[in-house]
Amino acid sequence: MSVNALIGRKVGMTSIFDATGSMLGVSVIELGPNQVVARRTIVRDGYEAVALGFGKRKPSRVGKPQLMALKKSGIEIAPQVVSEVEIADGADPQVGEMVSVADVFQVGAVVDVVGTSLGKGFAGVHKRHHHDLGPKSHGTKNIREHKSTGSNTHPSRRWPGTSMAGHMGAVRRTVRNLTVVGIDAERGIMLVNGPVPGCASGVLLVRRTRAKHATKPAGK
Amino acid sequence: MSKLKDVETPYLKKRKPFAVGDEVNVGVVITETIEKKGKLEEKERVQLFTGRVIAKNGGGVTETFTVRRIVAGEGVERVFPLHSPKVSHVEVVRSSHVRRAKLYYLRDRKGKATRLREKINAPSAANEAATAPDAAATK
Repeated sequence: MSVNALIGRKVGMTSIFDATGSMLGVSVIELGPNQVVARRTIVRDGYEAVALGFGKRKPSRVGKPQLMALKKSGIEIAPQVVSEVEIADGADPQVGEMVSVADVFQVGAVVDVVGTSLGKGFAGVHKRHHHDLGPKSHGTKNIREHKSTGSNTHPSRRWPGTSMAGHMGAVRRTVRNLTVVGIDAERGIMLVNGPVPGCASGVLLVRRTRAKHATKPAGK
Repeated sequence: MSKLKDVETPYLKKRKPFAVGDEVNVGVVITETIEKKGKLEEKERVQLFTGRVIAKNGGGVTETFTVRRIVAGEGVERVFPLHSPKVSHVEVVRSSHVRRAKLYYLRDRKGKATRLREKINAPSAANEAATAPDAAATK
C-alpha cells in the first residue's frame, strides 16, 4: 500500500452473485497498473504526493516539457493520463515504481470513484433540474417549458443561480462509499458495488474513501 | 467487452436447456431455522416450484426466466435468475409447442384455455431428462 488511489478505466457494468447467493450490480473497472512518474516532496513542493501515470500515449502526442520531464525520470513510455494522488501513511514510493490494483485495495475496502459523467447536451429544466411538467391537456402549450424565473419590476434582473435549461453532464463527479466486492490481480480488474460516473472506457480515479461516515464493508 | 465476459464467466452455470412453454420443476434452495435440542440451527433444503415457463429475459449473468403456476385458484409467477446459486436445478416435465417467445396471454386465461399443444417425441430436454436415468444405469 504505497498510494491511496489509482487511475483506471471503466469497462462496464454487470451482475455477480455474492456468498449468500444474492445478486449484486457491479461496475467493472480496469484499474492500473500505474507507474509513479513524479514525486512531490515537502522540501521542494510544500506537500507530499506522487503523480501516477496510466495507459500509454505516442511520444509525438505529448507536450515537450512533459516528455522531457518523463525522460529525465527515466520513464520511456509516456502515460495517457497523469494524476497526482496521496501517499499512504509511512510509504515512500519511488519514481518508476509500478503499482497494481492488488497493492492498494482489498476486497471489502470502501472507495470513492471520480470520473466524468455522461454528457446530456443542452437539456431542458425537467431533465436538468427535475422541474414538474406543465399540464398536458386543455389546450396548454407549456408542457416542457420552464415556469416563472423570478419577479419583474423588482429586482429587474434574474437572480444568479436560477434554474434554467442549459448544458448538462460531462463534468467531474465523485461517487462515494462504494464497496469493493472483487479484485482480479491477474487481470488488474476491480469490481465495486454500484454505478460509477461516465461511459465505458472513461477514465476513473479510485481512491480510499474520504466520506466522513463511510459505510462498513458489506458482508463479513 | 471480453473483459466483462471474463468477470461473468465464473458465475455462469451450465444448465440443461429448457424452452418457453415447458413445464418445469425449479429447485429453490431455501434456508430454514429449526430448533434442535433448544438450539437454533440453520439448515438448507431444496424446495420445488412447479409451473410453466412463460418467458425468458436477458442474457449473461442477468438472464432470468418466469415460471407461472396456479396456487389455490390464484395465478403465481416467480422470476428466477437462471445462474443463481439459489436455483439448484431446472427439470423439464413436459414441453409444449409454442409460437411466441413470451406467453403473457396465458395470464388472461384460465382452466382449459391455458392448455398448450404438447410436444411428443420432441428432441428436447424433456426426453433427455427422461432418458438420463437410463444412461446412468447403463454406465
